Amino acid sequence: MHLAYPAVLAVLLFCTGLYGVLARRNAILVLMSVELMLNAVNLNLVAFDVWLRDTLHAGQALTLFTIAVAAAEIGIGLAIVLLVYRNRGSSDIDRLRDLAERPSGPDGAGSADAPRQPQPDTGAEATA
Amino acid sequence: MTLTTTAVLAPLLPFLGAVVGLLLGRRSPGFVRPLAVLPTLAAAVLTVAVAVGQGGGPATDVATRLTPTGSLPIDLALHIDGFAALIGVLVGVVATCVQIYSTAYLRDDPRYPSYAALVSLFTSAMLLVVYTGDLMVLLVGWEVMGICSYFLVGHYWETEAARAASLKAFLVTKLGDVPFLFGIFALAADAGTFRITGILGHVARDGLHHPTLIALLLLAGVAGKSAQFPLHTWLPDAMAGPTPVSALIHAATMVAAGVYVVARLLPVFAASAAALVVLAVMAAVTMVGSALAALAQDDIKRVLAYSTVGQLGYMTGALAVGDRGAAVFHLLSHGAFKALLFLGAGVIIHAAGTNSLAAMSRMGGLARRIPDAFWTVTVALLALAAIPPFAGFFSKEAVLGAAEHAATGHAAGIPGAAGWTVLLSGLLTALLTAAYATRLWLLTFCGTGPEAPDHGPQPRAMTAVLWVLFLPTVGFGLTATFLPAWFDGRSLTPTLTTSVLGTGVALVGGLITYAAWRHAHPSPGHRPSPSRSAAPPSPALATRTPLGAVAVAEDATPALAEELAIVTHPPAYGDAAGAPDPADPGRLLLGPLHRHAAAGFHLDAVYSALFVRPVRAAAELVRFLDRAVVDTYVSGAGTAPRWLGAAVRRAQTGNVQTYLGALLAGALVLGVAAVLVATGTGA
Amino acid sequence: MTLAAASHGFLSPTGVEIAFVLVGIATLGAALMTVGSRQLVHAALWLVVALGGIAVEYLLLTAEFIAWVQVLIYVGSVVVLLLFGLMLTKAPIGPSPDADSGNRWVALTVAGAAAAALVWVVVDAFRATWIDLDGAAQGSAEAAGRSLFRFWVLPFEALSVLLLAALVGAVALSRRGGGAKGAAETLAPAAREGRL
Repeated sequence: MHLAYPAVLAVLLFCTGLYGVLARRNAILVLMSVELMLNAVNLNLVAFDVWLRDTLHAGQALTLFTIAVAAAEIGIGLAIVLLVYRNRGSSDIDRLRDLAERPSGPDGAGSADAPRQPQPDTGAEATA
Repeated sequence: MTLTTTAVLAPLLPFLGAVVGLLLGRRSPGFVRPLAVLPTLAAAVLTVAVAVGQGGGPATDVATRLTPTGSLPIDLALHIDGFAALIGVLVGVVATCVQIYSTAYLRDDPRYPSYAALVSLFTSAMLLVVYTGDLMVLLVGWEVMGICSYFLVGHYWETEAARAASLKAFLVTKLGDVPFLFGIFALAADAGTFRITGILGHVARDGLHHPTLIALLLLAGVAGKSAQFPLHTWLPDAMAGPTPVSALIHAATMVAAGVYVVARLLPVFAASAAALVVLAVMAAVTMVGSALAALAQDDIKRVLAYSTVGQLGYMTGALAVGDRGAAVFHLLSHGAFKALLFLGAGVIIHAAGTNSLAAMSRMGGLARRIPDAFWTVTVALLALAAIPPFAGFFSKEAVLGAAEHAATGHAAGIPGAAGWTVLLSGLLTALLTAAYATRLWLLTFCGTGPEAPDHGPQPRAMTAVLWVLFLPTVGFGLTATFLPAWFDGRSLTPTLTTSVLGTGVALVGGLITYAAWRHAHPSPGHRPSPSRSAAPPSPALATRTPLGAVAVAEDATPALAEELAIVTHPPAYGDAAGAPDPADPGRLLLGPLHRHAAAGFHLDAVYSALFVRPVRAAAELVRFLDRAVVDTYVSGAGTAPRWLGAAVRRAQTGNVQTYLGALLAGALVLGVAAVLVATGTGA
Repeated sequence: MTLAAASHGFLSPTGVEIAFVLVGIATLGAALMTVGSRQLVHAALWLVVALGGIAVEYLLLTAEFIAWVQVLIYVGSVVVLLLFGLMLTKAPIGPSPDADSGNRWVALTVAGAAAAALVWVVVDAFRATWIDLDGAAQGSAEAAGRSLFRFWVLPFEALSVLLLAALVGAVALSRRGGGAKGAAETLAPAAREGRL
């Protein structure tokens, strides 16, 4: 079998997952997209393992490990999402903006800040 | 103990006393008084010992090379001749008197420890100036005195007047000190040494290249320190300080430093006839102007301050005619009686509760309340007015005699013009001095009106000091026959012509003032009614009894009474210097000139127009340049990054997906670039 | 590889290749539905299809053990977990128009560019590479177990520690403030849902 088939499929799946991670609003959907990306990687690992005929089967072993890690990841990730939802009442990623600098910071009181003051608010309203 | 050791110890003891006093003052108040008085007393004894040891013999010179500087060596040198020894005694005695007086005068003052330490430091600096034989060391003492004066004038720093006065004293004397510094450098560069003996030897041997320039530069510093026209304006304002400070610094010692320096360097000045003429004119203007101003002052201490300026004018006049013996003679006698006058004025202010002559003239029985001050101040005023046989008479006659000597052309190398200027202005000033001394006495002690408030007897420490200073005031003139041996050997005994002339004009001045006073007070002492006591050109004004700080609590310390008096003077009279008292004989004598004389002939206004306003305008310009020009660049340099930061901050939305998108996009670009580079190099 | 290239034609696909491509297309389509669906539960179900498709691909690549593990863990447990997550966060049942956030076009651009670049690179690198699927199956349970417990036993044990840590972490995260209070609050929304 041509190696390009699994490789290209893995690339496309990966990029699909990438799009989902970047575009989805709900955190659980983002986690699904992450799963897609992991599976794309797994597919690559298996395909190359078969191609190389590795006596140690490093690719397949790593795939198993990845699946286990992914299971752990999904458990922790869901726990975090649940916690966030319980605290914030929402699991929408673009409403979790505590990383943004508040416009009314101590040294941000310049005229330059005035236009961007309402920006987080509009974002929040669009979300709601 | 050798003469050298004694002379070194004399400045050192008060210095150590000051240091220890400053260190211990707050923690152990019990030591403050002994620490203030004892070192100064010991220094006074040492100065007497120095004087006895020197004994009018040849000058003693000791020097130790401080450090090789390459070009001009700086020495720690002592130079003790008759002048230094006698002035040292004056400094020591007056400082001791002032320290003793201060223990009573500022007895409850919370800042007494630092005050006493500063007075000790000042004494030490003055003795250093007197004894040193090197101009650099002299400059150190000179500047230490300046800063001590600043602190002591500002002792009542709670009051606006004291703050302004201390700043003014500092700035004006510094204005003179800068040219003085240049003058010293020029002199040292010319002579090749900072040693005074070396400089004088050089002048006698080779002469100077620019004697006039150097003399005028030095003269500026002398004018600042010795309060000569036109830099005298700080001295009357400095009366906002405590009275003992006025007595010590602004009458007896510090202002004498300028005169002393000129006396030490007289050959330098004598090398330039122009400098002598300038000195003479400066002395003449100072003398006459200050005497006129003194006649118009209402604050008793300001009268004395202007009187000091005038007497210093006599000294510089004597120097202008090349007779430093007469100048130092007058310095010594003036130091004694002016210290007495100031300390007496402190007692008077305390007893009367006011520093205003107008208020005192409406107060009866002040003389009975303070008999010690009455008698001693009376004699001191007689000495000030140069009435024989008191000290002032002999010393002033020595000055006038020297001026006459020069005017008639008997003094070699002294321009006759200088002699005539000093002689005529000296005689005129003698008249005016007698007038204001009489006015001061009449207004203070011959007032009519309600009895002066009774504060009980004055502290013993204050009155005893008055009697100590009383002795030289009375008797110092008699030493005129012995002093020439200590000085240059020129005779200091009065000559007949000037004695008759001087005493005559003094008597005339006193009588005219008395007549004017009688004119203003038709029946002095008979009807003690305030409404009639001021009999008047304008009754409405006369009936208005000026208010002073008479309401001071009876147990207030003298210093507190004086501080309150200073504070309440401007609100009561609208001016710190004059008072609208129509019964003032000075007003009658001066006529339309009174208004200007009270304001010191508006010299402050002139300074304000000439210096203060241009400086302020320049500062305003600099401020404008700083705010509008420089700050524009600075804030522009700040604004650009701020806008940049705002733009970058827009990216920080807090949306993790955006961050991740940007991160991946960047990684993608880098990856593609890496691939392209790899294939490019591969191919 | 050159020998293999000589014996294979790019335009003459074998049966396995055709099956692989067909299943791949289905998998990719399911994946696209997963990231594009407006109904959240449907997205989870499409994810089942995609993961199952990948399992079939594993089978086609002769890695049967991995395929069954994939089915068991992903399709069996992970998706169920995700569905539970969706329900616990009260995800809307019907189509939700705001399933995609505002930076959808940025995401599309980045993903598209990444796909283009990676496909180009991958195809350019492996256009003459063939996998030899003949011979003994490489991914049988026996082969996988042998390699796993012979060569990879230490990482395997370490992984068990990781799973334990994840378990503890998930428990710790799910309990808020500890005790009955956290449990009551967790139950409260569910109870309300039930009453409604």
